[in-house]
Amino acid sequence: MTDTIALQVTRYRPDRETEPTVEEFAVPLHNDWAVLDGLNHIKDNMDGTLSYRWSCRMGICGSCGMMVNGEPKLTCASFLTDYGRGPVRVEPLAGFPVIRDLVVDISDFLRKLPKVKPWIVREDEEPVGAGEYLQTPAQMDAYRQFSMCINCMLCYSACPVYALDPDFVGPAAIALAQRYNLDSRDQGAEVRLDLLIHPEGIWGCTFVGECTRACPKGVDPAGAIQRYKLTAALHSVKSLLLPRGAR
Amino acid sequence: MTTGPGDFTERAGDQAYHVRPYRPPVNLLWWLRRRTYLFFVLRELSCLAVAWAVLFLMLLVRAVSEGGDVYAHFVTWARMPWIVVLNVVAFAFLMLHAITWFNLTPAATVVRLRGQRVPPAVIAGSAYAGWVVVSALVAWIVLRQ
Amino acid sequence: MTAAFDVLIVGGGAAGLRAAIAVAETDPALRVAVVSKVYPMRSHTVSAEGGAAGVIASGDTLDEHAHDTVSGSDWLADQDAVEVFVQEAPRELIRLEHWGCPWSREPDGHVAVRAFGGMKKMRTWFAADKTGFHMLHSLFQTSLKYDSVTRFDESFVTRLLVDDGRVQGVVAVELASGRVEAIIARTVVLANGGCGRVFPFTTNANINTGDGMALAWRAGAPLKDMEFVQYHPTGLPFTGILITEAARAEGGWLLNKDGYRYLQDYDLGTPSPTPVLRSMELGPRDRLSQAFVHEVEKGRVVDTPYGPVVNLDLRHLGAKLIDSKLPFVRELCLKYQNIDPVTELVPVRPVVHYMMGGIHTDIDGATPITGLYAAGEVACVSINGANRLGSNSLPECLVFGARAGRAAAERARNAPEPGAAASAQVRDEEARLRQLLDRTDGTEEIAGLRVRMQETMEDAAGIYRTGAELAKGADTLRELQDRARSLALEDHSRTFNTQLITALELTNMLDVAEAIIASALQRTESRGAHQRTDFAARDDKQFLAHSLVHRDDDGQHQVELVPVRLTRWPPAERVYGR
Repeated sequence: MTDTIALQVTRYRPDRETEPTVEEFAVPLHNDWAVLDGLNHIKDNMDGTLSYRWSCRMGICGSCGMMVNGEPKLTCASFLTDYGRGPVRVEPLAGFPVIRDLVVDISDFLRKLPKVKPWIVREDEEPVGAGEYLQTPAQMDAYRQFSMCINCMLCYSACPVYALDPDFVGPAAIALAQRYNLDSRDQGAEVRLDLLIHPEGIWGCTFVGECTRACPKGVDPAGAIQRYKLTAALHSVKSLLLPRGAR
Repeated sequence: MTTGPGDFTERAGDQAYHVRPYRPPVNLLWWLRRRTYLFFVLRELSCLAVAWAVLFLMLLVRAVSEGGDVYAHFVTWARMPWIVVLNVVAFAFLMLHAITWFNLTPAATVVRLRGQRVPPAVIAGSAYAGWVVVSALVAWIVLRQ
Repeated sequence: MTAAFDVLIVGGGAAGLRAAIAVAETDPALRVAVVSKVYPMRSHTVSAEGGAAGVIASGDTLDEHAHDTVSGSDWLADQDAVEVFVQEAPRELIRLEHWGCPWSREPDGHVAVRAFGGMKKMRTWFAADKTGFHMLHSLFQTSLKYDSVTRFDESFVTRLLVDDGRVQGVVAVELASGRVEAIIARTVVLANGGCGRVFPFTTNANINTGDGMALAWRAGAPLKDMEFVQYHPTGLPFTGILITEAARAEGGWLLNKDGYRYLQDYDLGTPSPTPVLRSMELGPRDRLSQAFVHEVEKGRVVDTPYGPVVNLDLRHLGAKLIDSKLPFVRELCLKYQNIDPVTELVPVRPVVHYMMGGIHTDIDGATPITGLYAAGEVACVSINGANRLGSNSLPECLVFGARAGRAAAERARNAPEPGAAASAQVRDEEARLRQLLDRTDGTEEIAGLRVRMQETMEDAAGIYRTGAELAKGADTLRELQDRARSLALEDHSRTFNTQLITALELTNMLDVAEAIIASALQRTESRGAHQRTDFAARDDKQFLAHSLVHRDDDGQHQVELVPVRLTRWPPAERVYGR
């Protein structure tokens, strides 16, 4: 008889309740099972009505973010054995409206992302026939870390500013803006600066640092934002002292 | 199927669509939920200690420059137990403030030397080193007599 | 009815997003819709690791890339399509670079290329070992530039609307609300990926359930070469997580239980300390997976609780190389296998990875149904024939995604407005979905049928097949199709009902599974990834042809053969390692 571990899972069915409830399920405790495997076991064998998102099960698609024992985690990358004898609390990602069970509404991020112009902005586009833009390994190193974001939303979940002020642009979006700012092929840093120097942009961040702690891919969004603040401050000083020279 | 007091319930034909996202209430004591949040709030509050230290220093400078009675009055006031306690607490917060901000400087300053990124420890280390140097200089000036 | 969109693309992965951008750039006045059952950055393109092939090195030529692809396909690829593919691949990869894709570079700033399986020259571009991730995010972020593209995120397409041989749009369920809506469009491009989840052990994500193939087949478009299922030689046991071919390209070895590089016994060359192109561990995937089966028969594999495995040895590469060229591989091994490839052997076994077959298209992605196009893994042009070379499928998504997008744009400009017959189909589909959602008298468990289907496919359509097993499999699948008519649904909610989606995906998978078996049964030869122990030789006289499977009036699978298009490479022996 295999050992089991208790999963306490949040349920929310808007067609018949106004608030979430918690249901407990005993799932087999296998050495190599992720929390996601536990959820799949529940859905396949115990309660087919449990709704949650998942896809790649290898920590690269960003679908399966949930709160596990109060911490934002990718459930495919957290293992049942990490939680001792349990119980393991699985809740929808904090800071987002809950649509159903463990599924949250992340459309706010999808609306904010295009606003920071997360694409290569260039005044002069080279034709494809001219070959690739040259970029040395050192130049790529400058932005590589910020390009690793899988849009899993764990950073938004961890950020107390986002919880208190949903207008805050947020860690991942700003980190992605930085990814392009620091890319040697991009010429859009000025445009993005104008878009992000405001109280809901970089200045909304009070450097709590939880986003970096929560990030499963080592992106360090907090670092991206603080560096951006320094850039913005220097830019403001420069345009004050040399109004025409700074352009 | 019961239809509750939802704000998004729509009807189309004989189907009801219950899109009623649940927004959990934000707890005012959110910052107690996690050690790192509590630490962050204390760090932010330490700016009050900085303000107090500046104020106290300005009062001290004024007392020293006026001298005599004003200075004696200031010392008596500064000796009062609650002022001493306040200064001790403020000092602790000042240390917290300085140490956390020195430790966080590398996040904002990325320096590249010969293609390699200078390690964060070196950046923070230089801030501490600068602090020690300035403190040593001040101490030397003050204790010279 | 008026068309809300000129081009409707189903699927938001590399092929779908590339098609959307192609339409937007061809004509910004055309209205484009991208309808995906997941947010685009979750598409399975994201998991691709190794790289994307394109000729840019000075010693390399298009003809060599074409020859490698044709021989890799065991001469089943259509050579005119391959020629177009190898020519456009480098341009597409450069275009993606201009859009920000962080290709790994040489010290002088030029794009770096590496070796890959079955390729005679080094021509595989790579972004560390997360090529698919970087390609997808570059495409997705670039697609945000275009105002003419509207996205329908988390909308599951359940039916293609076809009237009078012309496509009219789709019916889709919006997951968040459960609303069933018809999206009318002048053209539709299917780009919603492969069907690995038809098998029990696969690198594929949960979402790869053959939805596009099933949609097209039910609408009357034929599927092509469905019997050719690629088993990637190196997947982690238990999870099936992919360990990229790049690990072997950088010098990794495959060892059996005696520590012996067993591939030398299978006409794949002789071992050397550093990798030799088109030899040993850099042979084509079908031959490597087949070698594993023989090692199992000889008892030279390691037994584990998750089945037999061989070992991938990366220890001699050193931590520095692994951390710079294969960091994700190291991360995956540590996390999911508790093994550090720098110091330990990595257990691996063949795992279902890619579907060479798919919706039959021409070289512009057009299917026989007017206005219906397909691109990416869901389609079969065919450039991969009986076996795909690693690093050809990512550029395939770009080349044919762009071509299908442009072709759809061209047709949409001249297409008439959709007819009224589509409304009746929409009402039928709404009724069907409502009936499925509200039923309380179902008796068959979704998960039970799915597991049974997967077991059947592993037994019948594995790396080696026999007529008897295939026939048995066909019978079991027929039975499962019958039982699937009484699927039990406990979740009657409209709001984000994933059980409904799982049920619909199962019906798609059953249709695709039957197509695979039907095609495999009628191909009585062995070629590439389709190996019959009862017909062990390649038979170019009868079978230098694609299997086209149609849906007849009784809903059964009917297979016919269509000759392969040869241009400059007459069929020859496939040679590796010599």
